[in-house]
Amino acid sequence: MKQINSYFPIIGLEIHVELKTTSKMFCGCDAHHFRVEPNTHTCPVCLGLPGALPVPNRKAIEWCQLIGLALNCQLAKQSKFDRKNYFYPDLAKGYQISQYDQPLCYKGSYELLDGKKIGITRVHMEEDTGKNVHKAINGKKMTLVDFNRCGVPLVEIVTEPDFRNAEDVDEFLKGLQKIIRFLGVSDADMEKGSMRLEVNLSLAKIHPEHESETLHVEESLNHNDKSVNAKINLPNYKVEVKNINSFRYVQKAIAYELKRQTEILDKGETPAQETRGYQEDVNKTISQRSKEGAADYRYFPEPDIPPMEFTAKDFSKVKEQLPELPQAKQKKYQKEYNLDLQTVSYLTDNPALSDYFDNAVVAGSKIIKPSKIANLLKNGKFDWQKVTPQQLINDLTQTLNQKGMDENELEQIVQKVITDNPDVVAKYKAGKIEVLGFFIGQVVKETKGKADASKVKILLTKLLQSPKL
Amino acid sequence: MTNLNQLTIKQAREGLAKKEFSSVEIVNDCLNQIEKHDKQLNAFLTVAKNEALAQAKQIDQDPQNLPLEGIPIALKDLYSTKGIKTTAGSNVLSDYIPPYDATVVTKLKSAGAIIIGKTNEDAWGHGASGENSDFGPTKNPWNLSKVSGGSSSGSAAALASDMCLASGGTDTGGSIRLPASFCNLVGLKPTYGRVSRYGISAMASSLDTIGHFTKTVYDNALYLQVTAGKDPLDATTPEVAVPQYLDEINTLDLTKLRIGIPKEYFIKGIDLQVESSVKEAIKFLLEQGARVEEISLPHTQDGIAVYYIVMSSETSSNLGRYDGIRYGNKRDNFGNEARRRIMLGTYSLSSGYYDAYYKKAMQVRTLIKQDFEKAFQKVDVIITPVGATPAFELGAKQDPLQMYLSDIFTAPASLAGLPALSVPCGFTSSNLPIGMQLIGAQFNESKLFQVGHFYEQAHEYYKHKPII
Repeated sequence: MKQINSYFPIIGLEIHVELKTTSKMFCGCDAHHFRVEPNTHTCPVCLGLPGALPVPNRKAIEWCQLIGLALNCQLAKQSKFDRKNYFYPDLAKGYQISQYDQPLCYKGSYELLDGKKIGITRVHMEEDTGKNVHKAINGKKMTLVDFNRCGVPLVEIVTEPDFRNAEDVDEFLKGLQKIIRFLGVSDADMEKGSMRLEVNLSLAKIHPEHESETLHVEESLNHNDKSVNAKINLPNYKVEVKNINSFRYVQKAIAYELKRQTEILDKGETPAQETRGYQEDVNKTISQRSKEGAADYRYFPEPDIPPMEFTAKDFSKVKEQLPELPQAKQKKYQKEYNLDLQTVSYLTDNPALSDYFDNAVVAGSKIIKPSKIANLLKNGKFDWQKVTPQQLINDLTQTLNQKGMDENELEQIVQKVITDNPDVVAKYKAGKIEVLGFFIGQVVKETKGKADASKVKILLTKLLQSPKL
Repeated sequence: MTNLNQLTIKQAREGLAKKEFSSVEIVNDCLNQIEKHDKQLNAFLTVAKNEALAQAKQIDQDPQNLPLEGIPIALKDLYSTKGIKTTAGSNVLSDYIPPYDATVVTKLKSAGAIIIGKTNEDAWGHGASGENSDFGPTKNPWNLSKVSGGSSSGSAAALASDMCLASGGTDTGGSIRLPASFCNLVGLKPTYGRVSRYGISAMASSLDTIGHFTKTVYDNALYLQVTAGKDPLDATTPEVAVPQYLDEINTLDLTKLRIGIPKEYFIKGIDLQVESSVKEAIKFLLEQGARVEEISLPHTQDGIAVYYIVMSSETSSNLGRYDGIRYGNKRDNFGNEARRRIMLGTYSLSSGYYDAYYKKAMQVRTLIKQDFEKAFQKVDVIITPVGATPAFELGAKQDPLQMYLSDIFTAPASLAGLPALSVPCGFTSSNLPIGMQLIGAQFNESKLFQVGHFYEQAHEYYKHKPII
């Protein structure tokens, strides 16, 4: 028996964000790697040469904690690095330095617009790998390794499986991207790979009939106030989808997976626990690795880096760096300035733009309304990157004053043009409305182009229809 | 006059300062000795003849009066030396030339030392005899049918045969102390973190220490003065001040010295001549006024088991980088011992076994540390034998487990991260050297030097030379 819509999605995310620190995570090498000559930003440490040792980048650790704070996480007083062992050509040391059981940040949350909260399991620090480049050299297919990216600081953010639909995933990801950009710790660019994500997805039955097939789990980590169900049944399988490099593809990949898994479940089968890769050209996910083939990473504490301990002073130093976050700004713009959601969203899309707006509002004090500034910015009437907020306010104030004088002046000029051209007025009176163009042209000429044509038209129409004529 | 290669560092420095001879002459005497005997001993993997002579010439022209200036030193082949082949004793790295110097190498060079060559070793530091080298075993200068001890086998044999004036090694579970005791040398395993590991090919990162062999205790302190200290490139070197070892070396007040003798180290199966030599040395110190008391380190017997789990786990991870993609040689170039340790370690760290092996071993490691901490509340120095036997026959220990037992008295101090000094304390009836181990509290190398120096002044075993 086929039941449509008898499942609901359980979705969790793993997001990697590459930090834009000047130097790499464990050595002094330049951390830039996008369009850089291969293997030029390397040293014995990031190449994993015999004997080289990692020394952690303090700034990167602080930035990781900053991300944790922005996601309402607790910061760990004690933390450590671990080795994740596996073989891959782009992994110079044969292991990645990551964090296993003592992440820098844990137990956070993110509030969606509808008030629903998404649990943040952990935020931890690790290092990026190199890059395999597949190329034909002298007609021969080759794989080359570029280690410029090897050792670039990478923050991993793991959410609880709290998403129930793709729209919430989209809202969260865009919100997260904004936060990261506001913190100024990463470009969080999906296309350039400085923000990467994996989606963990399964389908739960709304009315589970086969209790034995499902794992009964209390939704304790989800601080979802609006959640009607205190308990849900997490499915006994999970599919991890990788290779998603745009927000649009996230939506497509989720839609594809939901459909695929529904079909399997409808047949009375359970989807395989596996890792699948999204292929954008065919809009499909393809199986990459089954549960049985999953690597045993043999995590153990990184002996080359002593465990970390943080004091209250360390934490307050990080807290001081926390700027006003986009969500707080959005609320302020909506509540205090009465801006609509679309405008608010536009203004908070870019931390520099948002700062510009804030500064302009301050500079404009009571004279220029925030909504006016917001609309000017949103409509792209000027290049805000070339005009300082104070210049903008000066211009606006001047125009306002000029326009106050112009009202009378303009009317006088319009009246003069009418008086000077009685024959044309007669034509107008006779029904030749197109002569308005002539009048407008004359007025614009008289005002040396300062006059607003639409205003002139209104004034002309008004005065021409005056019974005095 | 004796050949210059037979001098101690102290003697050579004095002679150089007075211009009695030149650095080039010392280097040449060492090179001649290598030329004459290394075919038999197999102590060197690479002799940096031209580089060493060029450096010596330069030093002679413009001396700066640096602590190790003009002194030829040999380094274990785990030390990265810029431009000089560094094989780790393994075929995997048979052609590897590092593009950089280890921190210790930089420090030695800055102190004027001349790198005369790179020495043979058990591949990757895996072994207690030197027989696990992929380039043939090193032989003991005191008896060519015996092992020189390992894993720093070549560094010990080279110095014992006067092919250099000091040599660098590494000690993870006894790899300096054991060969020192087999070759009549002073060997230091410093406190974990006292000397930078940066640039030394890693065996077991939480255990590896970078130490050295010298002819005398004085030379040993002089050498550590150069290599010790915090290194910004090694996060495990703490900000602990480095004392002036040589200023303190003669300050020992024996009446205030408390020596601990752990009963767990004087057990059945220990060679009788070794036991009596070490006890004789303790008796001497007692007669000179030191207080001696028996102590207990109850977890000693777990040392080997814990050591082989922790060490192999870390080794399996550290050797992962030799994946056949870089360095030119494939993973099947690993010898049997490296393979054994990679398998052991991989197993210990595997999910499902981690708690029973690695985690449990780390817990017992803490207990071993605590044993020592308790002991050092009562005593200043602990004295034990270094090995249970003197140097054994080449090929005598075919069973790997039997070989592992060679570390029985040295592994506990490694697990606890403590400094330990191997000091010659006599010879067997067949003229094989015997060493005693002085173990100190963390960062208290100075105390070991004081006691060792005092003992050495009265015995001068370093004046005995092997006849090769």
